[in-house]
Amino acid sequence: MSPTACRPCLRRAGLLEALSPLIEVVAMRQAGSSAPELLAMSDDQLVRKLAPRGSPGMRRALARAAGPSVLEARQRNSGVWSVCRHRDEYPEPLRDLGAEAPAALFGRGHRDALADLAERRAVAIVGARRASGYGRTVGRDLARQLSVAGVRVISGLANGVDAAAHDGALAGSAQTIAVLGSGADRVYPRQQSGLYERVLASGAALSELPPGAPPRRWTFPARNRIIAALSAMTVVVAAADRSGSLITAEMAADLGREVGAVPGPVNAPSHAGANRLLVDGARVIRGGQDALDALFGPGERAVAEVGPDPGIGGRAVLAEIERGATPDAVAATLALPPAEVSAGLARLELDGYVVGDAGGRYERTSLDMPPPGSPE
Amino acid sequence: MLAVAHTFTLVGVGARPVGAEVDVHRGLPAFSLVGLPDAAVRESRERVRAAIVNSGFEFPLRRITASLAPADLRKAGPALDLAIAAALLAASEQLDGAFLETHRLAGELALDGSIRAVPGVIAMAEEGRKQGAEAIAVPGPNVAEAGLVGGLRVVGLNSLVDLRALSSGELPEASATNGAGPAGSPDGEETSKGPDLAELRGQPLLRRALEVAAAGGHNMLIVGPPGAGKSLGARRLPSILPALGREEAIEVTRIAGVCGSGPPPGTLARRPFRSPHHTISAVGLVGGGLPPRPGEITHAHLGVLFLDELGEFSRQALEALRQPLEDGGIRLTRGVHAVDLPSRFMLVAATNPCPCGHGESSPRCSCAPATIRRYHSRLSGPLADRIDVAIAIAQPSAEALAGDAGETSATVRERVEAARTRQLDRLEGRYNAQMSAAECRAAGLTDSAEAALAAGHARLALSGRGYERVLRLSRTIADLDSIEWVDAAHVGEALTFRWRFGRS
Repeated sequence: MSPTACRPCLRRAGLLEALSPLIEVVAMRQAGSSAPELLAMSDDQLVRKLAPRGSPGMRRALARAAGPSVLEARQRNSGVWSVCRHRDEYPEPLRDLGAEAPAALFGRGHRDALADLAERRAVAIVGARRASGYGRTVGRDLARQLSVAGVRVISGLANGVDAAAHDGALAGSAQTIAVLGSGADRVYPRQQSGLYERVLASGAALSELPPGAPPRRWTFPARNRIIAALSAMTVVVAAADRSGSLITAEMAADLGREVGAVPGPVNAPSHAGANRLLVDGARVIRGGQDALDALFGPGERAVAEVGPDPGIGGRAVLAEIERGATPDAVAATLALPPAEVSAGLARLELDGYVVGDAGGRYERTSLDMPPPGSPE
Repeated sequence: MLAVAHTFTLVGVGARPVGAEVDVHRGLPAFSLVGLPDAAVRESRERVRAAIVNSGFEFPLRRITASLAPADLRKAGPALDLAIAAALLAASEQLDGAFLETHRLAGELALDGSIRAVPGVIAMAEEGRKQGAEAIAVPGPNVAEAGLVGGLRVVGLNSLVDLRALSSGELPEASATNGAGPAGSPDGEETSKGPDLAELRGQPLLRRALEVAAAGGHNMLIVGPPGAGKSLGARRLPSILPALGREEAIEVTRIAGVCGSGPPPGTLARRPFRSPHHTISAVGLVGGGLPPRPGEITHAHLGVLFLDELGEFSRQALEALRQPLEDGGIRLTRGVHAVDLPSRFMLVAATNPCPCGHGESSPRCSCAPATIRRYHSRLSGPLADRIDVAIAIAQPSAEALAGDAGETSATVRERVEAARTRQLDRLEGRYNAQMSAAECRAAGLTDSAEAALAAGHARLALSGRGYERVLRLSRTIADLDSIEWVDAAHVGEALTFRWRFGRS
């Protein structure tokens, strides 16, 4: 029977859950206090910070706080395991957070997803919730290529880039880890419940909050520090100027981790944040190979994927799609009957070279083609 | 004295026979009318009285009882006037009533005795023919229309006075008496006047999707921003469907005639195109009310029903469509009676890709992801699994709009007809859209087609229904190619028509 978090750490987790509304008020509204700073305080310091003169609200919260035994029961009932910083199993990279490191870490799914994180190097892939097809496709492909190469992918299960990253990672062999802003057994956002189940099937979902805890605004920047700390590198895929993922990148930089960004169109506000990271010195990440080079040294590990030969016709269609053509434009430019263009696009989609969206547009994936003239 | 004239009342989109029995006997002058008449039929008494007097006949000052049989069938409309008047004249011995046995009668009476046109004459003539009647007497303006139905003589009457001639056998028959109908097929002369596919500029994939949908009778959904050509394309679908056969054309004309919206008298209707506004109710869409009236789906029988702005239609209205789409007809039950209405139509729906109209792939889209999700899930409503062809289009480029006109409807229609012929042979009168999955496979897939289908199922997360749909569409695409065995290219193209809005 694997050890769970120790009782003082569980008490701490129960306290965080009970004080959550008060933390929200202070962290989000008082200038000069951020959630990670609050989380660095000891239990007593935290209580005094949140209600310096004591208050009925504070007394009620303390009375309500779930104690270690209650939390152990909750874990059993919801299939959640836990570790704390006093255990060997605690992921080493998290200790770099110092006093801000989470006391207890709850999880669901495979415990071994946390093993050897320092040696084996994991990558965090973060980005906008409202990502375009480009953002999602690139995020998905990056995650898949890393996962195929054995590198774990960590993200936050949010809509958009996070979801695409987990999805891509599941297509490879490595485990993916989702760090949640709610309890490890609570899926947030709800649309991702299918993805959540798939993540648990091979990887894990983590949280510093006890099982059943609801998400709050402060819990997201808080969990972002965990994402940044667990990974050897954080890659921002698509971010506007004020995106939360930029804060994750900043946290990673403060921890001495690698920071990478995927370039986006220069006139798109939805990519301005990522582009600015590049100006500020982040590594340019065009795909899995760039990320692997950054992690292990240039050329040490290679992205392994190549698709089947698309044939002359397929290559021509693909070239047009790469230029941003709609299927109608492809038909016009190549002077092909629409039936042939559709059949060609379907073949390319099945082989993994393009992805079609609900609007009838196709996006090129980063799957490479074999050199022309290779045998099938 | 008793006399019986035979006429009809309209029920649903057909006619039911009515016997107008009139009895004249001694007693205080009165004129009673029984047999569940509606308001117009009740008013018949006034029209009949005035018409008889003003035509030079005598209105008997006796006790008159008119009974419209069968007693439990509601009678509606003014077409029964003529029969009531004729029976009354025969019962009061002002006319020889022999002709009442062989001639069915229909017409509205004006107060001066002239006879007015009535709707539904084709339905009545068909019903009369079914009964084995020798002839039907209708108002003059309705003669050409009634003449479209073969198998019985058509006599035109312009005034009540003409009954004298009819009863003595002297009235010359109207010219279009033997139901030969207008020469030539209805669509032959008129195609040039209707909308043509050549008017849809650019949009090669939309044209192809219309062709595939038409060839197999597949229902379709067109997604695109405003002005891209969704409505333009949909309106041209009837022009590439095969011409109506004569029986079908008469059926469509009859249905339109019953509702008073038929083509010019004497001509046959073309395939209907109905485009109800999205505020329509379920009853307006599928029919209902008391007495039961046909809805848009029946008006669209053998034609196209176009639902523009699919997301704006009420869920109830769309739910009501499911069964008729499946069955090709709808049964409206009112207590003990039921009326069966036909509704074999092709459904074309159009929608914007998202509420603001630009589509989430476009940088100009201002919709929040949750809004788009909700919008898509509204589309994935009751009709999602009835739609075989889903296509997304974009605004045509300037070059495309200025470029050469595409093929005309006539050219495309030839291919559609050839494909449909193959289906009718294979399926004994049905189209690919109505095939079961087992039937699709029976026609044969090549090995590469099987592989493509399996890959599609695995990689593209096709549902079971989605898989069947791809099979049906591939079969239609192969038919358009005049190829016996479905190949990988056919499966590939069919895959591009799949539903991409979430569950289906």
